[in-house]
Amino acid sequence: MSTATIVKLPPQETASLPRRSYLNSEYGLKSWLLTGDHKRIAILYLISITFFFFIGGAMAGLIRLELLTPQSDLMATDTYNKVFTMHGIIMVFLFLVPSVPATIGNFVIPIMVGAKDLAFPKVNLLSWYLYIVAGIFTISALVLGGVDTGWTFTTPLSTHYLNTHVITAGLGIFIAGFSSIFTGLNFIVTIHRMRAPGMTWFRLPLFVWSNYAASILMVLGTPVLAITLVLVVLERAIGIGVFDPAKGGDPLLFQHLFWFYSHPAVYIMILPGMGVISEVISTFSRKRVFGYTAVAFSSVAIAVFGFFVSNYSALVFSLLTMLVAVPSAIKIFNWAATLYKGSITFETPMLYAFGFMGLFTIGGLTGVFLGSLGMDIHLTETYFIVAHFHFVMVGGMLMAFLSGIHFWWPKMTGRMYPEALSKLAALTTFIGFNLTFFPQFIVGYLGMPRRYAAYPPEFQVLNVLSTAGATVLGIGYLLPMLYLTWSLKYGKIAGSNPWQATGLEWQIQSPPLTENFIETPLVDHEAYDYEWLAHQTEHEVQTVG
Amino acid sequence: MHFISPVLWQFLVNWLTHFALFPPEASEIAPYTDSLYFFLVLISLVGMTVVVLLVVLFSVMYRKERNPEPTQIEGSTLLEATWTIIPLALFMVTFVWGALLYFRIYNPPTNAMNIYIVGKQWMWKAEHPGGQHEINALHIPVNRAVQLTMISQDVFHSFSIPAFRVKREVIPGRYSTVWFKATQVGTYHLFCTQYCGTLHSQMIGQIVVMTPDDYEKWTNGSTSGASLAQNGERLFTSLGCSSCHSGNADSHGPSLAQAYGSKVQMANGSFATVDDAFLRDSILNPTMHQIAGYSPIMPTYQGQVSEEGLIDLVEYIKNLNSNYRVQQTLTTSTVQSTTPAAPAAGQGMVKQ
Repeated sequence: MSTATIVKLPPQETASLPRRSYLNSEYGLKSWLLTGDHKRIAILYLISITFFFFIGGAMAGLIRLELLTPQSDLMATDTYNKVFTMHGIIMVFLFLVPSVPATIGNFVIPIMVGAKDLAFPKVNLLSWYLYIVAGIFTISALVLGGVDTGWTFTTPLSTHYLNTHVITAGLGIFIAGFSSIFTGLNFIVTIHRMRAPGMTWFRLPLFVWSNYAASILMVLGTPVLAITLVLVVLERAIGIGVFDPAKGGDPLLFQHLFWFYSHPAVYIMILPGMGVISEVISTFSRKRVFGYTAVAFSSVAIAVFGFFVSNYSALVFSLLTMLVAVPSAIKIFNWAATLYKGSITFETPMLYAFGFMGLFTIGGLTGVFLGSLGMDIHLTETYFIVAHFHFVMVGGMLMAFLSGIHFWWPKMTGRMYPEALSKLAALTTFIGFNLTFFPQFIVGYLGMPRRYAAYPPEFQVLNVLSTAGATVLGIGYLLPMLYLTWSLKYGKIAGSNPWQATGLEWQIQSPPLTENFIETPLVDHEAYDYEWLAHQTEHEVQTVG
Repeated sequence: MHFISPVLWQFLVNWLTHFALFPPEASEIAPYTDSLYFFLVLISLVGMTVVVLLVVLFSVMYRKERNPEPTQIEGSTLLEATWTIIPLALFMVTFVWGALLYFRIYNPPTNAMNIYIVGKQWMWKAEHPGGQHEINALHIPVNRAVQLTMISQDVFHSFSIPAFRVKREVIPGRYSTVWFKATQVGTYHLFCTQYCGTLHSQMIGQIVVMTPDDYEKWTNGSTSGASLAQNGERLFTSLGCSSCHSGNADSHGPSLAQAYGSKVQMANGSFATVDDAFLRDSILNPTMHQIAGYSPIMPTYQGQVSEEGLIDLVEYIKNLNSNYRVQQTLTTSTVQSTTPAAPAAGQGMVKQ
């Protein structure tokens, strides 16, 4: 039996895992650490980003505990500053940026385009090693005594006024940047050059499109971040004076350079998440994505506008922020329209996707508040911006990540997660999230500044609500961690296509073979063609020899 | 509840009396900012409702049990155009509205009374032209336009008064300005909103808005004896500025009388307006602004004058311009005499 063949699956109870797969092709630690297999690298990434996510999450827990009372009493203000700095650095650079692309993307993109691996398997492994080195630098900055610049590294504070481990942390981010540049480069080349026969651009799943757009941003934007950090390190180590007005430098230059990366970075983080949502909504409503072309091009539009949203001029910044909101709105409405006349089921990935749609809409709309120049004066640097950012990144991106992990878990491991428990986790996450971050909009409009260890007592009620929510949210994140691990051994056997989804990755065995396809698949249908899929249950997938 | 746990009860009461949901509207700008805010909240509510309604409605109507066979739809250009154009139009309205508000907030009226602010880790120093100095507090009269000229001695700070809906970065080595007109007597929060190191969260203070009478009493009661301009004059002599900038025809430097606010021709032929920043730069970095007709012989005073000293000098030079002096006194007297008695209770939803 060819692995690229669809056969009627035996009933689940009697099904067993395939005898040969990427998981058991080789054994031993070395076979994992020196692997070139994109699927194994994805698993390595998954383990490592989960590790960093929980460190970053612990930091978030400490922040919320400190803010339970108006006084700065749980820890010294210096410690508090170090904690929120580490939370930001770890979550942004070691979790959000690599989360979907490096784990899910790494695993499914080559299979989705019908390739046996990414274009440069060794570069792929290198980017994981760079990520680990970056992680070691960051963790050592933490262990050696911390860094308290804030994740934005604003000069001259970071260069002249702090004697913490700025250089170590800066190097960590610098290296993490190269890791994402390599991943982006690998994706771009793979998507351009390694599509299977018949897999035209407009037959690509939307997940591929959105990762493609994000990759372009990574490759073009991240070098600017790298340069900026090098300048900070040089300024700090030998005082070159680019940001120092006393030496003829410009203190504002740093902010221009840093935000030249960090505005597009928001889209680097969110675009792959949007791709997950397109796949999930289509699969569980059994319908092609409404307006495929519009959704595909809106990813590209977000990338293009996103790249130019940096603050050279206040007016241009504001205008581009407004323009970039439009393609995001198009996506939301197209997903909603995909549900129309579908045949909808509510498995866990779908629940997370619904959560994404609601929370991302709020996150996106409050972004319009901040993009509006006059409004931004009052809102910037307050908890309003904290709430907005977390609605987009946690409510949006993390929901998308969890949706994707649940969706592709059967493909990655060959086993199902427990459905009832995971639905409970999705609900817990949603409730906890809203309780944590919604009060922050209100306390932000009241004027509570971000990065404050102490605050006026009239803000306490809202902060207590927020901390209570964070506790619920914490449980929501621990649950999947536990039951997904449990399912590795005890989960039901998934079979090749448990969701009856159309992507090429669902037409091969779960977990896949190391080489993905035995024979190169021939693609003769568009993405999300459920009629084709129904037809395929009786006929074999066409292959070219 | 109070009979179960008096402590908890007290705690709750204390909480609820301090509980705030909306900041006071205590400046002329605040209602403008708030109307844009409510417009945006309205758009968000409508947008959110539409999305949630669609998702819930379709989930109910087209769930698998009710609709086992999906109907495949390509898309609809008309619909997609609709949900492209409507958000685009709303966002463009927001853009224009926001830009207009921005210019309203940041363009000061010409008759604003000027106060200097120096930010440093971790305190705010206010310097009033009359020579009053304050730390972590700013006393201002109600119903009077006040402009702050601000500078940081070390890192970036940001001067934020939520009740006034204004905020501005305070930059090391460069003046930035912000203005406001308080409309309600009261005490309001002052925050530093740009993360600035260890005690960032303690770089806070109070904005005390007073009736004109109280303000006058405060001004008279807390003067240090010498105005900023007088301090500046003393510095001007002690640093030896007067030897070149005496105003005599044979002196090495340009005369500074009437200099402030004038347009001067630079050595490279361009024109520049003499403002606070121009004066400050000329003292610290004389080669930056080379005025036509003078040789570049002025030494730098970098490291010799503190930010406060620079403010004194700038204020002194400003006051050499009789127009500026007249304007400041005029606005002071006219506004004070025409100011009505202070409004008693605030209109804000939350009392400070």
